[in-house]
Amino acid sequence: MTRTVAIDARGLHKRFGELEVLRSVDLTVHSGEVVVIMGPSGSGKTTLLRCLNLLEEPDAGSVTVHGRTVDCSSARHGRARNRLIRDIRTRTAMVFQHLNLFPHMTALENVIEGPISVRRLPRSYAVEAGERLLAHVGLADKRDEYPARLSGGQKQRVAIARALAMEPEVILFDEPTSALDPELGAEVLQTMKDLAAYGMTMVIITHEIAFAREVADRVAFMDAGYILEEQRPNVFFNNPATPRARAFLRLMADTDGPPPGLEKTG
Amino acid sequence: MDLLTLSLPSLLGGLAVTVLLGVVSFALGSVLGGLVTLARISRHRALRVAAAAYVSVFRGTPLLIQIMLVYFGLPQLGIQLPPIPSAILTLTLYAGAYLSENLRGGILSVDRGQWEAAGSMGMTYGRALRRVVLPQAVRVATPAIGGRFVSLMKDTSLASVITVVELTRVAESAGSSSFRYVEAFVMAGIVYWLVNTTLSVGQEVLERRMGRAYT
Ligand SMILES: Nc1ncnc2c1ncn2[C@@H]1O[C@H](COP(=O)(O)OP(=O)(O)OP(=O)(O)O)[C@@H](O)[C@H]1O
Ligand SMILES: [Mg+2]
Repeated sequence: MTRTVAIDARGLHKRFGELEVLRSVDLTVHSGEVVVIMGPSGSGKTTLLRCLNLLEEPDAGSVTVHGRTVDCSSARHGRARNRLIRDIRTRTAMVFQHLNLFPHMTALENVIEGPISVRRLPRSYAVEAGERLLAHVGLADKRDEYPARLSGGQKQRVAIARALAMEPEVILFDEPTSALDPELGAEVLQTMKDLAAYGMTMVIITHEIAFAREVADRVAFMDAGYILEEQRPNVFFNNPATPRARAFLRLMADTDGPPPGLEKTG
Repeated sequence: MDLLTLSLPSLLGGLAVTVLLGVVSFALGSVLGGLVTLARISRHRALRVAAAAYVSVFRGTPLLIQIMLVYFGLPQLGIQLPPIPSAILTLTLYAGAYLSENLRGGILSVDRGQWEAAGSMGMTYGRALRRVVLPQAVRVATPAIGGRFVSLMKDTSLASVITVVELTRVAESAGSSSFRYVEAFVMAGIVYWLVNTTLSVGQEVLERRMGRAYT
């Protein structure tokens, strides 16, 4: 069976001043796949995810989303390029670690903003779809609440509904539960599991091992700007190939949470 | 003490001109301030520099000098403006500079994540600004902008030096013809105070309503 490639990132490099954050990263995500990215703090996970929808421009390499390629070694300007980047962004929704709902819009308004102002759908259609999506994440009764009145978990589920409303080819999650209490995080993880079961293509940065074991098709382990290994979750968690990954998982087990950057071992 | 040094009709006439100067300059100044703000956050360096220079000049020099320079200077460039339009022009330029500072502050106060969330769903810069950032920025800037309106109402009194017959000028001429300056200026002061107190109350109501919004 040939599978459609949703995202194909080739040779991504990114530096912030002197700091090399990504040093040649390749990542391919097929349609319907769930890829979990793990790794110590500062290893470049967020930067990689932001490069995938060009929120951060890589210094070198290319990003292809459903056949549309942005080559980051070539010219950086131009309307055509901006349009291409916007096109890629409408196809890759993002759910951030910090809650980035629009505070001046109700839950429903947050969800329908993109469909109306970016996808140019008729309002009545967008509202209908938006209500369905809010119901889908269990928040039908919160449609007219402003974010200030929602719990962290509810906000994050509105953010997921907002992402889904764009009908993206892939959703990128950056630690969607790390700012939440465990029970609120559980609601969000359940919503994400439902999406996975439904066949949504997702790239997820998370430290939730149980969740990763259950939903991931693949775990990509990052360290110091490289993807050191990509494995099926049972292989990665039981028998990782690299010493760095073994050290990382040991620290995770000890601290019961995301470890800080690993000490350099020679 | 006879406070009726000023006849009611002349008082009301002066008040009308004061309100005209204040309201029109504030309205035009808001539009100008908005445009200047866009220039100041623009990606084009020349626009940014020009806008910053304008703001710096009009904030850094006394309004009195601006009013006189425009009134006496423009005719030398072949542009004849009667006193009231000339005063409105200057007050607009002056208010625009300050209002753009307030608006810019509001825009800068909006979390960078809001721009990113808008950009990550494929919004253009203009749309992100209009739909996501500006509504939040204006709300943050509203108290400062309201304060500007009150200041501007008082600043209109400087238009009296270029013979605009507004409240201060009315008091001045009533005082000089009757030699009862104190009564005349007390009366004018009371009227300014009444106008601005009304504005402040309105502003408080507005702010309270905005404070309730979004919850
Ligand atoms: N905009 C930026 N400017 C400068 N340095 C940055 C910027 N963004 C990230 N960095 C640096 O790049 C490195 C990688 O950051 P990144 O956020 O990608 O790590 P991460 O793997 O997501 O870590 P965490 O698990 O803590 O979220 C860090 O050292 C960080 O300080
Ligand atoms: Mg991160």
